[in-house]
Amino acid sequence: MDERFGFDRRVTLPGDFPLAGGGVLPELTIAYETYGKLNANATNAILVCHALTGDQYLASAHPVTGKAGWWTRLVGPGKPVDPEHWFVICANVLGGCMGSTGPSSIDPRSGQPFAMNFPVITIADMVEAQARLLDHLGVGTLAAVIGGSMGGMQALTWAVNHPARVKKVVAIATAARHSAQNIAFHEVGRQAIMADPMWAGGAYAADKPPAAGLAVARMAAHITYLSEEGLTEKFGRRLQDRDAVSFGFDADFQVESYLRHQGLSFVERFDANSYLYITRAMDYFDLAQPHDGNLARAFAGVQSRFCLVSFTSDWLYPTTESRRIVRALNAAGAPVSFVELESPFGHDAFLLDAPEMNRVVNGFLTA
Amino acid sequence: MTPVPLRPDLAAVAAAVPEGARVLDIGCGDGQLLAWLRDTKGVEGRGIELDASDVAAAVGRGLAVVQGDADTDLADYPDAAFDVVILSNTLQAMQRPADVLAQLVRIGRSAIVSFPNFGHWRVRLGLALSGRMPVTRSLPVSWHETPNIHFCTIADFEALAVEMGLTVERRAGLHSGRQVAAWPNLLADTGVFVLRR
Repeated sequence: MDERFGFDRRVTLPGDFPLAGGGVLPELTIAYETYGKLNANATNAILVCHALTGDQYLASAHPVTGKAGWWTRLVGPGKPVDPEHWFVICANVLGGCMGSTGPSSIDPRSGQPFAMNFPVITIADMVEAQARLLDHLGVGTLAAVIGGSMGGMQALTWAVNHPARVKKVVAIATAARHSAQNIAFHEVGRQAIMADPMWAGGAYAADKPPAAGLAVARMAAHITYLSEEGLTEKFGRRLQDRDAVSFGFDADFQVESYLRHQGLSFVERFDANSYLYITRAMDYFDLAQPHDGNLARAFAGVQSRFCLVSFTSDWLYPTTESRRIVRALNAAGAPVSFVELESPFGHDAFLLDAPEMNRVVNGFLTA
Repeated sequence: MTPVPLRPDLAAVAAAVPEGARVLDIGCGDGQLLAWLRDTKGVEGRGIELDASDVAAAVGRGLAVVQGDADTDLADYPDAAFDVVILSNTLQAMQRPADVLAQLVRIGRSAIVSFPNFGHWRVRLGLALSGRMPVTRSLPVSWHETPNIHFCTIADFEALAVEMGLTVERRAGLHSGRQVAAWPNLLADTGVFVLRR
């Protein structure tokens, strides 16, 4: 295997891939990155799961934006997840748009992109796709699975659906279910995409995407990743390159300009249909649902140790959601650590400099 | 690796923990006691701690510690989930000490409770002579800054245990970490009780 740092890898696993919703994919392609080296007994593998708009470029430069990996603060030389010790795997999720099978992939049965013929997927389907990748890589048991936000949902699902394959779970800024508010914000994003005439029922050409709709979806979502305190501190009511308001609908305020920029740069790297499918998977996520809403029973068979982290100003997946998970794990008798860390940066705090988070994750992985 | 020696009051608590027990330490701080119990007695330990940086330190020691508040979070634990539940030097900071005690003996087959003894002669003498709230070695913070809001004496604690119908398995009065031979309510700066329902 090529061991260059973060060499862009891709594998197509032939054969049917059945989905939780009843659909079947005729084959499964997974794009992934690995860092470090799997040891002889295959005991040092760590799977890192990305969030909604993340990708496999965990700790290597993004091929479209050229930006550094999205979690270089946690993963890399001298960091808690150091490729010197760990074989680190990060795969683009099922339904994604960075190389793994998703709505923009070609359906081998028709020779056309799946578009809206792509079956609706779940977080559990994403985990099954990762499990297939681990089989392919020769990784039986994971030393740890780590994820924030939607990645945390995958990490928790790993422990529930594959209890014998996961030694440790790190779930950061996440929840065991999507709340009404979470679903509501996602619905705003999806409707923005679908209201864009360029969306064309999902059958848009790759070079003519529903950019306006996707940008609005991103703008709305981006607000949920920040906090009022953080926005006030960063922008306040400050004006953008002007001394007075224009009495028009230009981006007078810095915060407007910032959001527009976030929206526009997002469409450069993300597919609108993928956004629909992945947000849907998150909305359907509820670990307790098969157990009549009893989360402790969902965790009844887990064999992993758990570490949960939340942030004070995160209102997207607030501390109450992490505490609900902690309570259920305690009731199930699973070893769990939990800490709520101070941060003014909202949900995005987990991707920013968080020395306490690194200390906790490092201690948890080392012990 | 030789474990770091324990604080004297913790050593008295640790001595009451059986080998290999399942232990919950409430108000575990940075996990000193739990780590010691794990390394020397093969205990399977869990902790609850209010302070985030103490939790981070304890997790850094490889302990399973949850940030939480004993006043509110103990209700989440199932009955008899632990062999031993420890509340060391924390009872006096609880909003509802009696409720917490009831939770301890529900969650644990036995509970070990240690607390500063407000009946110690220095406390009594200080209050009698100066007319001011005492500041002593075991109670070093003045009244308006202390997190300790529910002081009691060894005799008070004993009376509460009786009132709650709890069985006192063992009791000890410590002074500077050593067990006092007589008149613990007068001579001990710390009380240590082993209780069960």
